[in-house]
Amino acid sequence: MATDGLHENETLASLKSEAESLKGKLEEERAKLHDVELHQVAERVEALGQFVMKTRRTLKGHGNKVLCMDWCKDKRRIVSSSQDGKVIVWDSFTTNKEHAVTMPCTWVMACAYAPSGCAIACGGLDNKCSVYPLTFDKNENMAAKKKSVAMHTNYLSACSFTNSDMQILTASGDGTCALWDVESGQLLQSFHGHGADVLCLDLAPSETGNTFVSGGCDKKAMVWDMRSGQCVQAFETHESDINSVRYYPSGDAFASGSDDATCRLYDLRADREVAIYSKESIIFGASSVDFSLSGRLLFAGYNDYTINVWDVLKGSRVSILFGHENRVSTLRVSPDGTAFCSGSWDHTLRAQPQALLLEVALPGLEPSDRPGPSAPVNLRGCARPTCKTTCSGIKMGPVSQKLPKPAFQSTLFK
Amino acid sequence: MERMVVSMQDPDQGVKMRSQRLLITVIPHAVTGNDVMEWLIHKYCITEEEALHLGTLLVRHGYLYPLRDPCHLELRLDETPYRFQTPYFWMSTLWPAAELDYAIYLAKKNIRKWGGLFDHEKEHYDQLHRKISHTWDLVVMQAREQLWAAKQRRKGDRLVIACQEQTYWLVNRPPPGVPSVLEQGPERNSCTAGRVQKTKTVDFYRREVECLRKALGRARVKSSVCLEAYLKFSSQRGPHDPIMSGCLPSNPWVTDNDTYWAMNAPSAAVPTRLRVEQWAFSFRELLEDPVGRAHFMDFLRKEFSAENLSFWEACEELRHGGQAQVPALVDAVYQQFLAPGAARWVNIDSRTMERTLVGLGRPHRHVLDDAQLHIYMLMKKDSYPRFLKSDLYKDLLAEAVVPPETKRRVFPFMRKLRHSSPSPALLPASASREPSGGDGEA
Repeated sequence: MATDGLHENETLASLKSEAESLKGKLEEERAKLHDVELHQVAERVEALGQFVMKTRRTLKGHGNKVLCMDWCKDKRRIVSSSQDGKVIVWDSFTTNKEHAVTMPCTWVMACAYAPSGCAIACGGLDNKCSVYPLTFDKNENMAAKKKSVAMHTNYLSACSFTNSDMQILTASGDGTCALWDVESGQLLQSFHGHGADVLCLDLAPSETGNTFVSGGCDKKAMVWDMRSGQCVQAFETHESDINSVRYYPSGDAFASGSDDATCRLYDLRADREVAIYSKESIIFGASSVDFSLSGRLLFAGYNDYTINVWDVLKGSRVSILFGHENRVSTLRVSPDGTAFCSGSWDHTLRAQPQALLLEVALPGLEPSDRPGPSAPVNLRGCARPTCKTTCSGIKMGPVSQKLPKPAFQSTLFK
Repeated sequence: MERMVVSMQDPDQGVKMRSQRLLITVIPHAVTGNDVMEWLIHKYCITEEEALHLGTLLVRHGYLYPLRDPCHLELRLDETPYRFQTPYFWMSTLWPAAELDYAIYLAKKNIRKWGGLFDHEKEHYDQLHRKISHTWDLVVMQAREQLWAAKQRRKGDRLVIACQEQTYWLVNRPPPGVPSVLEQGPERNSCTAGRVQKTKTVDFYRREVECLRKALGRARVKSSVCLEAYLKFSSQRGPHDPIMSGCLPSNPWVTDNDTYWAMNAPSAAVPTRLRVEQWAFSFRELLEDPVGRAHFMDFLRKEFSAENLSFWEACEELRHGGQAQVPALVDAVYQQFLAPGAARWVNIDSRTMERTLVGLGRPHRHVLDDAQLHIYMLMKKDSYPRFLKSDLYKDLLAEAVVPPETKRRVFPFMRKLRHSSPSPALLPASASREPSGGDGEA
């Protein structure tokens, strides 16, 4: 990018005002084709019945706040990272720990599982992204094989492998995203355009597989072309930092969760925000969002220790899940959609290690709950929580009984 | 949060306030836990559970404090009186809780009642004593002054002020074991302060202007079309979504039975019916599923156009492969698919072919993108619909398995053993060791 001085007719002020006027024109253009709201279209759709979601597994073993997690393509393994620098790979079905690495830095805010399942990537306050190949060989120290892939000038906030193990996409607090080659550590493409820290990113599930979306502290969500490094679309309707972005399963839209306590849905073809998921009683920011497989449900974890489940089409809240004792920092739906996993900052009063709660919905659509096809019920504004976290000894509400101390010792755990 | 608290204190619509009797003194403007809950439920149309949670958060953040026993910050649903914290002490005022102030507070507590400090407070007290011993006289003097001034007030006011202060310090210096609500993640936006006016440079605005101009020129689709697409997508995928419609034979997380995963494994011999149906949704889904892709390849072989799919796969490998392999891969692809007289020559239109050949002079990972897209579209518009209508596909659908639902167990507490699966990390190397943690934990 050339940083020449100003051209003849430009001044900083004139550029600024030009940008503003263009923004205004863009809004006008976008509004022209907006003929109907989502909830109007969704009136035809049947309302969802009650959902019963129970915690099925609690993964305990982190000594500190859980900051990030990712699923493996085999639908049962998970990698998670925490504030004290520990990154653990679990088989969440059996709740065994399979690998553990201690990073040399604290606040490991980003971790990702490679598509092949043979490596993990993580990074945080060390400004780097490191890739660790997973090995079951007891004689090898995983940390010895570490590959330092990305170099940023500020903390790493998110990372993700692209379609293969060879490339990795990172987002950083220095306001840029970058695409790296894992083998050589070479920078393949960098993406500039955010005015502040970039906090999250997600790859598009599209046919040509060339775009991704990122959200940042400048309240903007930007869609990038990976090949050219250009910003293709930008959306600026949030009122505060965007903590998390996730594509709708079809790839035509994405949702974002932000510190302004709302989640919003942006459509890429219509080029505008199409829905806001918010409620007056929700006053804490959303830290992470994810869609269910069909895109009908949006799971959002909030800083008020709860998870809200939204009906994407109708815009109403389907259910609220309690169970965490501190803010929910990360939430992902499993690759086959059978469950979702949420990680949190919670400390119990016995100074117990952090817990990851895995929650699964039992299909609780009783026939009696379903309204008849002639009378669609609008569930807006009033949703009843149906969480019964009675599994694994976790009790919700005023926590009186403490969980037994964990005794997991996988034989592979170094 | 503050908005909520302010509206709670609204005299007309706020929480019902009354003077509470606390032992012998009367405290005005107090509320009970029950009242708070009721108000929350009423105003925001939420349930009891949520209202309790919200109320508890308000108390933990120090906006509401209990008048009786203020050493635990929680909302109790009985007649325990609460009061709203003065804005002076609100968290958002953000003036840092200074060491000196804390020392004065502890000193006051100590003076008022010998031995009235909790353990952790005693520790802090000693620490502070060591740290600021040079101004300790000031601290003690201040403490005495404040206590003396407080004695001048009415007992009710004294109690209230004491509680307020106590709550404030409970929030700012939580006792050990209680999580601090003031904890935040790593500092954000620290880089913008460091960098010299980066956001305001000419560069940034120029780029923004360019981006906006391009955005203005975009083709947009009507909202109604896009929104209808969501409806269609969701209804189409609804039966495939385990959370919405359940999965057969059973959701592994619920029943501890991982048959579902075994049946839907990437290399399953007989795919399930749902899976085969999914291939009809879009070309991308077909290609993403290894079994689907294999069947499609068989189909193409029958039509003598298998080289298209092979070419596409080779291009994918190029795009997502390692940087070091790029030149070699490009060359291999050219030799196999593009060179005149190549063994598996793919049929690309002349313009794209020309562009590609030019680009091959300087191979980079995206040099075959145009050709790949052309072939992809060709397959999508031509071979794919034929595949879906073909006998091959129809047979697959007919043979596809619909797994029976496992019966609910009579004794739900009997847990099945949860078997661990071999880690994908083991697969490439011939595994000499298998993860031995086979049985599940209770």
